[in-house]
Amino acid sequence: MSQGEYVAAAYGVVFVALLVYVAIIAAKLARLERETAELAELARTRHADV
Amino acid sequence: MSTSSPSSSTSKSAVPALAALAAALVGIAIAFAFYVAPEDADQGISQRIFYFHVPIALTAYACFAWGAVKGLLLLWRKDERYDLESYVAIHQGTIFGSLTLLTGSIWAKASWGHWWLWSENQLVLFLVLFLFYSAYFMLRFSIEEGPRRANISAVYALFGVVLIPVSFLAIRLAENIIHPTVFTRDGPQMSGVMFLTFCIAWLAMSVLAYALYRLELLGKRLDSNLRELRELLT
Amino acid sequence: MSYLGDVATLARKDLRLELRARDTLPAMLLFVVSTLVVFHFALPEGADEVAAQGLLWVALVFTALLGLARAWAPERESGALEGLVLAPCDRSAIWLGKAAAVFAFLSSVELVALPAFALFFGSVDAATVAGVVLASIGICAVGTLLAAMAAASRTRELVLPLLFLPLAIPLVVGGVGASVSSEPARYLAFLALYDAIFSILCWASFEYVVSE
Repeated sequence: MSQGEYVAAAYGVVFVALLVYVAIIAAKLARLERETAELAELARTRHADV
Repeated sequence: MSTSSPSSSTSKSAVPALAALAAALVGIAIAFAFYVAPEDADQGISQRIFYFHVPIALTAYACFAWGAVKGLLLLWRKDERYDLESYVAIHQGTIFGSLTLLTGSIWAKASWGHWWLWSENQLVLFLVLFLFYSAYFMLRFSIEEGPRRANISAVYALFGVVLIPVSFLAIRLAENIIHPTVFTRDGPQMSGVMFLTFCIAWLAMSVLAYALYRLELLGKRLDSNLRELRELLT
Repeated sequence: MSYLGDVATLARKDLRLELRARDTLPAMLLFVVSTLVVFHFALPEGADEVAAQGLLWVALVFTALLGLARAWAPERESGALEGLVLAPCDRSAIWLGKAAAVFAFLSSVELVALPAFALFFGSVDAATVAGVVLASIGICAVGTLLAAMAAASRTRELVLPLLFLPLAIPLVVGGVGASVSSEPARYLAFLALYDAIFSILCWASFEYVVSE
């Protein structure tokens, strides 16, 4: 590998790490969306019972 | 359990603005690193790795220090909020520390042809710190949530920050007894423009780390609020 | 009771318990000698004496780990740690007493390990002995506190080595340096510095490790 390719690899590693982070946040957001939907449903049924 | 977030539901979070600022700064830093800064006479293009490798390392140290400060605040003020802040800071520090090891290893391969160099003191220090802070997570996740875990985590964070200079000194001393190295490196002599690029990159990494720190805190507080909500509803 | 009186009482209690039970000390002695024998077979042909010096420190660190794993066992088994914490003595005295007892155990083991090492691998000089003494102080100070942290964990036997080894690295550097280098004083001074810094840190922070 030429020197330039190593430089690209180093920057690439940091970039990929950042993208992985974004993916993790996205998954977390999806999970949170599911949970809040569940909780909203629970609250609705509670409210209907009251 | 107190849901202690300083911002109420009506105030806007600073996180999106921080993230945008971080993105802008990183963009500028990359532009400077590749287009503005001159090529180093001795090391050639691989020197450009330094513009991110060193700031990432410095940011990791800052995260560990921040984690220790929050830990100290926890032990002193006994406010539970500091435990999460300390944990997230150390988590960010570990991420940036891992990136330091990765970028440092690539630089070593580019410059010297080896993926690892025991003669690179900063790399060796980060290896020791990586082991130390990995153990932090092992410890934390094997103790039940509660004030005991918060206290122990805080004390361990303090040990970490004391270990940094002590380890550095040890590694310096070890240079003389571990195989004498053939590879010596003079620190890059930085011209004005190079130094400016370095500072921009350092600022970018610091803002990035802070944005990620606030983002993670946001996520974890959201988690605990939802948990509490679930308990109240079921 | 005075602070040092408390420390002495606590240390004496541990020593008396061990003298009666006789489980930890014999195990550590056997372990260190077995390890040294393993090292003989682990060193390839032509490996020099300097490499062997390094292995002494590996043996000491892992033997210490063995002892540290059992350091808080009497308190854990009888549920006495909570009682000690509630006792009217300063909690840092608990740490100091326990660390002193562990130091006594480790030193007894080293009294056997060093001659054994000299027998198997070649001589042991005064700098090495000084290094062993100074490093043992650091090992016992830090190890005792880390063992208390590990005691709170579900996976205590697994987590103690993970906590201990990174902090032991500077001690190994100091110890090996004292044995091997032509300027042992620098390494001995470093060991003393480590001992001072970390002992103060342990002394100040122990109460937070055991309290809620």
